[in-house]
Amino acid sequence: MSYLLRRTGFYLLTAWIAITINFLLPRLIPGDPVMSLINRAQGQLSTQAIQSLYVLFGLNKDESIFVQYGHYWAQLLHGDLGLSFAFFPTPVASVIADSLPWTLALVGITTLASFLLGTALGVYAGWRRGSWLDLVIPVTTFLSSVPYFWLGLIAIALFAGVNGIFPSSGGYEPGLVPGWDPDFLLSAVQHSLLPAVTILLSSMSGWILSMRNMMVTVAAEDYVTVAHAKGLSERRVMVSYAARNALLPSVSGFALSLGLVVGGTLLVEIVFSYPGLGFELFQAVGAKDYPLMQGIFLIITLSVLAANFVADLAYLVLDPRTRREG
Amino acid sequence: MRLNAKTKIGLVLLAGFALFAVIGPWIAPYDPTERGGDMLQPPSAQHWFGTTHLGQDILSQVLTGTRGVLLVGFVAGVVATVLAVLVGIASGYLTGLAAEGLSAVSNVFLVIPALPLIIIVASTLPGTGDWTIALVIGLTSWAWGARVLRAQTLSLRRRDYVQAARATGEPTWRIIGFEILPNLTAVIASGFVGTVIFAVLSEITLAFIGVSDISDWNWGTILFWAQSQQALAQGAWWWFVPAGLAIALLGTALSLLNFGIDEFVSPRLRACAGTAKVRMRVGFTPVLRREGGPGE
Amino acid sequence: MSEIELEIKGLNVDYGLGEQSVHAVRDVDLTLRRGEVLGLAGESGSGKSTLAYGLTRLLPPPGVIRGGQVIYHPEQGEPFDVLGLSDRQLRAFRWAQTSIVFQGAMNSLNPVHKISTQLTDVLRAHEPGSTRAARLARARELLALVGIPADRLDSYPHQLSGGMRQRVMIGMALALRPKIVIMDEPTTALDVVVQRQILGQLVGLRERLGFSVLFITHDLSLLVEFSDRIAIMYGGRIVEQASAAGLHKDSLHPYSHGLLHSFPALRGPREELSGIPGSPPDLRSMPTGCAFHPRCPHSFDPCVRRVPELGAPQGRPEQDRSVACWLHPAS
Ligand SMILES: Nc1ncnc2c1ncn2[C@@H]1O[C@H](COP(=O)(O)OP(=O)(O)O)[C@@H](O)[C@H]1O
Ligand code: SF4
Ligand SMILES: [Mg+2]
Repeated sequence: MSYLLRRTGFYLLTAWIAITINFLLPRLIPGDPVMSLINRAQGQLSTQAIQSLYVLFGLNKDESIFVQYGHYWAQLLHGDLGLSFAFFPTPVASVIADSLPWTLALVGITTLASFLLGTALGVYAGWRRGSWLDLVIPVTTFLSSVPYFWLGLIAIALFAGVNGIFPSSGGYEPGLVPGWDPDFLLSAVQHSLLPAVTILLSSMSGWILSMRNMMVTVAAEDYVTVAHAKGLSERRVMVSYAARNALLPSVSGFALSLGLVVGGTLLVEIVFSYPGLGFELFQAVGAKDYPLMQGIFLIITLSVLAANFVADLAYLVLDPRTRREG
Repeated sequence: MRLNAKTKIGLVLLAGFALFAVIGPWIAPYDPTERGGDMLQPPSAQHWFGTTHLGQDILSQVLTGTRGVLLVGFVAGVVATVLAVLVGIASGYLTGLAAEGLSAVSNVFLVIPALPLIIIVASTLPGTGDWTIALVIGLTSWAWGARVLRAQTLSLRRRDYVQAARATGEPTWRIIGFEILPNLTAVIASGFVGTVIFAVLSEITLAFIGVSDISDWNWGTILFWAQSQQALAQGAWWWFVPAGLAIALLGTALSLLNFGIDEFVSPRLRACAGTAKVRMRVGFTPVLRREGGPGE
Repeated sequence: MSEIELEIKGLNVDYGLGEQSVHAVRDVDLTLRRGEVLGLAGESGSGKSTLAYGLTRLLPPPGVIRGGQVIYHPEQGEPFDVLGLSDRQLRAFRWAQTSIVFQGAMNSLNPVHKISTQLTDVLRAHEPGSTRAARLARARELLALVGIPADRLDSYPHQLSGGMRQRVMIGMALALRPKIVIMDEPTTALDVVVQRQILGQLVGLRERLGFSVLFITHDLSLLVEFSDRIAIMYGGRIVEQASAAGLHKDSLHPYSHGLLHSFPALRGPREELSGIPGSPPDLRSMPTGCAFHPRCPHSFDPCVRRVPELGAPQGRPEQDRSVACWLHPAS
């Protein structure tokens, strides 16, 4: 269990660093853009809201940095991330609460699907190296060199728009009210198909390439040769000996890739005006809505950490060497 | 070192891009910001890549933008690689709390999603010209390289000749400079190329969402205007296709280069000569009897 | 003399195709008899492993078998060429007739599967009708055979010592009661005490179960003690073949002589032998004539020009002995 403890400690450290970056960034920068925003919104802001923005962005110059840090944490722990300017006067926390489920659904499902599909294809391409399956290399190389959002633009141009099959923007039909009714769900699925396929195509190539290379490397290990020498069926050697072991670095490298995938996915949301965190981030950037940007950064980081923790759990199950029994 | 076909193609493509980065602004047929009479025109003899809603020539924008893209990618790559080498070798070669700390810090930066971090850093900064963007990307994307280099250094440190040098009391800087670094060249090169790919994609993304200065032309700026002027809804495919293809081509060139380096580092990935005729199967060695002698 | 079990005829193995290929095994003829321990010795890089894995087509890319035959003589039925089997036939042949204990024994077990899984999957593949309980019982038996307590079945490889892992591999090699067990430097990575223990055990098992062994090592002194016959390999060729006693008493090839009178260096890499000056030949640019001539103390006129053939030396009444050296031209 020491493995899990170590990983948990590491994620707590990372979360603390991310939060501290969020705290320090506005304080390191000369000039205070937030101040001018507050001034512009003067009159519409309650004193409490102003106070919370002061704490978030370090505008109380007479407080020492440590006192500021204490206040900052106290406020975070109350779930107060300040007010959004782009969606004035909605609190950042509720803007995020509205868009987070969309992103979680879209990114969660597509990332998982892309990992599974890409890994399976990579296993096969690596196993049958030297056959026509080697064609996956140029194709995936090209796909992974294209920014996700550009692929999204192409997808819209080809399949959406006036006489396209798919809607080109939004998360659901404008007239509908979000809820668990079939009309809404159907519309939501229809709206998310094109972005999902875009993300799938772009992110899958990374998994395919890395899994293929791992398969090629693992296929030369002694235990795979032993498995062949034992006369096991081709399937058994490929799955239980080669792929099973090639999967390990793939799962432990999940962290590395997840950050990239999430970054790319946010951009796809922008292109499709999908009502998730990425689109909110885009609007925040456009409106110079610093509280919202920082809130989104925090939430994305924490979600990625959580996903990594799940990947660590998976690794624990997959690699007996990390389990210390007896 | 013999270059394989992939590496060669990659290098040739890169040389082409480098050439355009230098001469692009001079050979561009128009001023990229100059407005013209032909608005939103598809590709034609006057405007090979068509025009924008203001009648600007898109070919000129792509050519002029090449310099910014390559500059930012290269500078960010250099910054990140220098940091990665310092942190990676120090945390791999040294021992004790400092080394552990450095390794923990690079792992932290590895899991914090880079693009959102770059976005908030870049948008908090007052100016966002090419150099600023390059520095921000470079300073936030060294962790991956540092991790790889640390692992390699750890394994080199255990080699006999390094152990021997340590035993004879050779100074640390000499061991690192003459025994460790030369053996890391390929890994460092591959890390550099990887970081350049990442930096190019990031800067284009930043320009596309409007974080960076839109007065500097790069391929992302073109896409930013295309997106904000609803190029898609107007069917102006020529507005975003050339820039995207340029990105893809540059990315492919860099990836090809990296494949070459990877195959150089780990021979198992190398395709065997003559695979066109015989498939080398693991577990079932091909039997090619020359004599066509007895047997089946 | 006892019957023939396996006959290797004119085997040639290359690494790579075309001009840059390396000829790692050259025109090897070798016969394994029923129930014997045949030792194969030679410096590291002489092609021993390549020969052993080539027999059942287990060489990794870019290995290619460029010629020859591997004739297997079953107890009943016609002899057949193993290299001519289809994939399915070969899969059925592997492990059931010839099993291998690999050189890299430390990595021969898959780290992510339990010992029981790795012992039983081979049973399941070859005896699809067997029950799980029967397979587990057999696995327990196999561990007992090599002196490992049955509760180790549930262990993962990393929980076993090097010696135990090697024993598990030997037990696994006997799973299907094969006729031939190939052992490629099975004990090199172990300390001397464990080495002797395991080899002693192996010889005992051979007497009980009656399989024949192709035993590969670069340590000729081990072979003299444990094997019936010995073949010496140099630069991809067999250069001498004789009974263990005969070779020990009177080696004919200068290389064999060198091997016998050298011993592993006390310091430095294990495989480095002191006793024969010079280094093994570069397979890409082999010396002309006898490949050993640059290092041979007895090299004379014909050695540089013509390759000596492996054959029974003239004027030696004892049978069953062959050598490839111009000092002892074939009759
Ligand atoms: N995968 C490979 N690719 C190219 N050459 C190889 C490969 N494996 C072995 N060789 C060459 O074949 C020769 C024989 O190797 P090997 O059979 O392993 O020798 P031994 O087992 O006697 O030490 C070596 O000189 C080596 O250079
Ligand atoms: S043939 Fe000549 S060189 Fe070769 S071993 Fe015999 S004497 Fe020495
Ligand atoms: Mg060997």
